[in-house]
Amino acid sequence: MSTAVAQKRGLGAMIWDYLTTVDHKKIAHLYLVSGGLFFLIGGLEAMIIRIQLMKPDNNFISAGLYNEMITMHGTTMIFLAAMPLIFALMNAVVPLQIGARDVAFPFLNSLGFWLFLFGGLMLNVSWFTGGAPDAGWTNYAPLSTTSPGHGVDYYVMGLQISGAGTLIGGINFLVTIVNMRAPGMTYMRMPLFTWSVFVTSTLILFAFPALTVGLFLMMFDRMFGSAFFDVGLGGNVIIWEHLFWIFGHPEVYILILPLFGAFSDIFSTFSKKRLFGYSAMVFATVLIGFLGFMVWAHHMFTVGMGPIANSIFAVATMAIAVPTGIKIFNWLFTMWGGQIKMTSAMLWSIAFIPSFTIGGMTGVMLAAAAADYQYHDTYFVVGHFHYVIVGGVVFGLFAALHYWWPKMFGKVLNEKLGKLAFWPFFIGFHLTFFIQHFLGLMGMPRRYWVFMEGQGLDTGNLISTIGAFLMAIGTIIFLTNVIYTSVKEKKVSGDPWDGRSLEWSIPSPPPHYNFVQTPLVRGLDPLWVEKMDGKEGMTPAEPLGDIHMPNASILPFTISLGTFIAGFGFIYQVDDPVWLIAVFAGMGLTLGSMLTRSVKDDLGHHIHKEDLEEDIKKGAGK
Amino acid sequence: MADNTHSKPVHQREFEKKQHREEMKQQVLTFALMILFTLIAFGMVIMEINSYFVIPTLIILAVVQVAFQLYYFMHMKNKGHDMVAMMMYGGAAVAGLTIITFVSIVWW
Amino acid sequence: MSSEDVLNPKQMPHDPEKATLEGRNKFLAFWFFLGGETVLFASLFGTYLALNGSTQGENTPEHLFGLELVFIMTMLLLTSSLTSVYAMYHMKNHNFQKMQLWLGITVVLGLGFLGMEIYEFYHYIHHYEFTFRSSAFGSAFYTLVGFHGGHVLFGLSWIVTLMIRNQKRGLNLYNAPKFYIASLYWHFIDVVWVFIFTVVYLMGKVG
Repeated sequence: MSTAVAQKRGLGAMIWDYLTTVDHKKIAHLYLVSGGLFFLIGGLEAMIIRIQLMKPDNNFISAGLYNEMITMHGTTMIFLAAMPLIFALMNAVVPLQIGARDVAFPFLNSLGFWLFLFGGLMLNVSWFTGGAPDAGWTNYAPLSTTSPGHGVDYYVMGLQISGAGTLIGGINFLVTIVNMRAPGMTYMRMPLFTWSVFVTSTLILFAFPALTVGLFLMMFDRMFGSAFFDVGLGGNVIIWEHLFWIFGHPEVYILILPLFGAFSDIFSTFSKKRLFGYSAMVFATVLIGFLGFMVWAHHMFTVGMGPIANSIFAVATMAIAVPTGIKIFNWLFTMWGGQIKMTSAMLWSIAFIPSFTIGGMTGVMLAAAAADYQYHDTYFVVGHFHYVIVGGVVFGLFAALHYWWPKMFGKVLNEKLGKLAFWPFFIGFHLTFFIQHFLGLMGMPRRYWVFMEGQGLDTGNLISTIGAFLMAIGTIIFLTNVIYTSVKEKKVSGDPWDGRSLEWSIPSPPPHYNFVQTPLVRGLDPLWVEKMDGKEGMTPAEPLGDIHMPNASILPFTISLGTFIAGFGFIYQVDDPVWLIAVFAGMGLTLGSMLTRSVKDDLGHHIHKEDLEEDIKKGAGK
Repeated sequence: MADNTHSKPVHQREFEKKQHREEMKQQVLTFALMILFTLIAFGMVIMEINSYFVIPTLIILAVVQVAFQLYYFMHMKNKGHDMVAMMMYGGAAVAGLTIITFVSIVWW
Repeated sequence: MSSEDVLNPKQMPHDPEKATLEGRNKFLAFWFFLGGETVLFASLFGTYLALNGSTQGENTPEHLFGLELVFIMTMLLLTSSLTSVYAMYHMKNHNFQKMQLWLGITVVLGLGFLGMEIYEFYHYIHHYEFTFRSSAFGSAFYTLVGFHGGHVLFGLSWIVTLMIRNQKRGLNLYNAPKFYIASLYWHFIDVVWVFIFTVVYLMGKVG
């Protein structure tokens, strides 16, 4: 059935294929492309911010537009760039690492992607319809509830839709990892990336519902006249702050943990050693996830929660430095005495260690509640979180993309261009953000449109802007590399790095059923175990037989499209009740598609043994 | 998965049916207890017993009822629910923290 | 197992809802989802507890709530939880007709609950002029209880859809997990209600 569709070539067929695909590898492509696009948009917004702050009293953009820029930069980078790029990696790698043919819920996987994409589009449509959200990415009430126009409404609906997609994705990966592991792949044999995805998905499961509720309350206040954040009617604005950060703090661990996992795999592969302290690494990952839920109020030290609450959250926050420290040392010890190969992936990973450690140190400084009264809402905070998010997440994404690019596309990204992209980005990153700590200590508040002359802030801001341009250059070189590689580079084998985990035991890119025969896992670093025994590849755990695969479906797309339409209806019904038609039409499409999914049997299809034998002749089995 | 398709001996089916009946008995008993707890809870409020005593008691009654619901009606006591229990307790922990926060540090 | 065996099993296994990998996946995913829902409702309860003093006038919990209606609603929902247990009991014994019957009773009880909730809201709005917009307490009350009511509505639609869809063909390994998780959802609705009648109504009356 699907093979017939796949054989029809041409652009239309390819678009239809991607619209309906439930294959985790193709969904990874979708996440990568759309996440990458939003990353560029967010980067552009960052450049505009830095140009505005290049010199004192600058007038490059207006104050209102500046507010929109900082809000959309933060929101885009966190929700629409970092999250989907991480989901791209999760989709591309996790099923392969555990020896599965697909995720547990291919249909929901596709639904999660389309919800994210439509949510992201919704947010960015606001630029063209009278102004983007402008209350900061944290969207604190009452700034947000009193913000004129529809900007904040777009924030609420966009994040609600994409958040639903993320929650679905999280549950999907949890079940995939629990239920779909190949024979012999016990929990304590899972690669660290899979482990960290497991912990991350748990965090998604427990953190996103708080955001969902927060966004609903905000939506009701702005669109239906409720009074949650209206102090005049007895509301309380601190409720938003708590709900936002109960979600928001785990969110930063949701971002960083998968990349901790990726770094672990990269360090081990390119040091030709098994990961140092594997079980300690697993323990540290779980502990970070656990503690991640007990520290959210450190974003609110200056709210006035009282000394007891502040102290509890300060101590809990500092405690997170311990498992993170365990990880840093284990990475260093993994490299110690190894045969290190300085690939681009390794370069980004090594650069990550000092960069992230600086971010961690300033994090402990900020955790000291009393001192935080000084740092709060200054550029010190901006410096800190960019050190962890760029130095951790973005470096991690670059490293992981270099590492898994051959698995995803069958070609190794050009190493020369890879290193050429690294240096300007790395230097630019430190130029941009290191100086911001000092700007903050000198008293420069964050989110201000201009700063004045003669306050000693001029040079620092100029340096910061120069750094931002270097980062932009690095990004452009990376993009050039992507294009250059796809045009010029040659296909490589399934195992270009002499890898250790299961994903390297199959061809690149893998056939759409991944494994011809489910592999038998005999230890940690299963492929390496087989290599050490002098074997070519994995031992199969089952005889060659028919493979059951899920069917493609357009319904995830229509379900998400419905929410997108209904979102506009909700936003504009405040102005004119006619827009309620859009609400009903959109919800009708969504619920109708869900009903169709429910009543129409979808049993999937089989790939027959004979076809598999054909594929093996072409090299699928290896 | 051939073991699912071959027919089971008759006594095996009888045994399973008996097991189900036993479980059903437990569940009816659970239900009776839940109704009893509900009656106690409503009764205490109607009789206007001192609120320092009533509120903690009400909460305990609710928690026990919910535990019954989860463990008996939703079968969390049965085998193969380890991961389920872990995630439910995880959710309950975050839920507990959230509620403590909202009754203590929302700045009233 | 081939696709046809899923629809027409030669012999129903002991736990039909967990006999296939798809069923086991659904079972686990749905429980995980309920773990997330726990946090969702906790956030709503937290908001309610933070705002239930912000009544802005005489429409306080003590003044508004009548325990008779809430008691009947509670009994309806608790009983519907037991009837859905009966439905699953018959599913495990592979008695499809009885399962449908008990699910039907569950739906009727659920509809009764929903009707009374709608009446309750109507009553507050028209006799007390207590609305979603009148105070922060009003917003929090209608949001919490309304979210639960929305869950009841969704659960009812879900169960009815399953009942109609499978009326003719009976139980198989493809729809058994669907029935099972729908019943889990129904129980969870009851779990939330236990906390609502305790925290909102009873504790509201105690003051």
